[in-house]
Amino acid sequence: MKVSLVTNILKANDAIAAQNRRLFSEKNIIAINVISSPGAGKTTLIENTIKALKDDLTIAVIEGDIQSTYDADRISETGVQVIQINTGGGCHLDANMISNALTQLDFETVDMLIIENVGNLVCPAEFDLGENFKVMLLSVPEGDDKPLKYPLVFHESNALLINKIDLLPFVDCDVEKIKSESLRINPDLNIFEVSCKTGEGLQVWYDWLKKAKEVSKF
Amino acid sequence: MHEIALVESIIDIVSTEMKKHNITKVETIKLRIGEMSHVMPDALIFGFDVLSKETSLEGARLIIETVPTKGQCRDCNTEFTIKDVIDICPKCGGTSYDIISGKELEIAEFEGS
Repeated sequence: MKVSLVTNILKANDAIAAQNRRLFSEKNIIAINVISSPGAGKTTLIENTIKALKDDLTIAVIEGDIQSTYDADRISETGVQVIQINTGGGCHLDANMISNALTQLDFETVDMLIIENVGNLVCPAEFDLGENFKVMLLSVPEGDDKPLKYPLVFHESNALLINKIDLLPFVDCDVEKIKSESLRINPDLNIFEVSCKTGEGLQVWYDWLKKAKEVSKF
Repeated sequence: MHEIALVESIIDIVSTEMKKHNITKVETIKLRIGEMSHVMPDALIFGFDVLSKETSLEGARLIIETVPTKGQCRDCNTEFTIKDVIDICPKCGGTSYDIISGKELEIAEFEGS
C-alpha cells in the first residue's frame, strides 16, 4: 500500500512557528530574526537599534547563543526586556525555544521583538521561528564571496545589512559584487550599507524598520 | 545539516501514519529534498539506517528525489532550471527571477503492508 503524505519534514517546528506567528499577530508585535556569522555585528546592531528607536517603540529581545549570557547582559544595559537562550550546543534557534522564551516575557506593551539567532550563516536559514522576516548581516572583513557560498540565507532574508563599511580601506571587499550577487539570488532583498562603529548608514535602516512596523499592522 | 534531527522527524511522522493505515512493515519512504536545502542525502540515509534499527521502520529504504532549483523569470515568466546558484533566463536573458523550487524538505509518500 502506498500512502501519499506530502509532508514537510520540519512540520513539528513549523507548527510551533505558526503558533508563535499567531501570538505576535494577536499582540501586534513585529518579530525580526537576526542572522549572521559570529562576529558580524548582530548584538551591536541591536544595541544601536534599541537606542535609536526606544522612544518610538517598546522593544524586547531574545538572545540566542550556545553558551554565556554575555549578549543578554549587553542588551540589558539598554533597559529593554531581554531573555537569553543557551542552546548548549545547538547551532540555531528553533520555534520551540522561542515559544518557551516567550513565557518569560511580558509582551502586553511590546511593539517589536528582536531575536538574535546563534552566529551561523547556514542552519538559521532553514528554521522558521514565527518571525515577520529575517534580517541578515554580512560584515566587510568576511569577504564578498558569501552570496554564492550561502545562497539560502540570502534568499530567505528580507533585509541584508553590509556592516563595518568603515573597514573598507583596510580589507579587500567588493561591496558592489555582494549587492549584485545577492540581488540575483533574491531580487527583493533590501540592502543597507552601514557601520555600527561610526553610525554611517544606520538612519536608513532605522527608518526602514519603523516603516516595516507600521506596515505590519495591516 | 541536522540530518539526525531530520531522520528523527521522519521516523516520527511515518510511525504515526503507519498506525493510521494499519501498516506494520514499511518497504520504502520517498523523500523530496531540494537542491538549495542544506541536507546531504548520503548523511540522511546513513542516519536513517542507524536510527531506524529496532523501530517499526527497521529495514525500510529511503528513496531520495533531489528537486532541482528552478526559477521563474520576472520579465517573461519562463520557468528554468538554475544550474549554478545564479543564472540568467534562457529565453530573454533576464537576471531577475523567483525561486519556485529547490527548498523542499518533504516526505512525499511511503509504501508498506
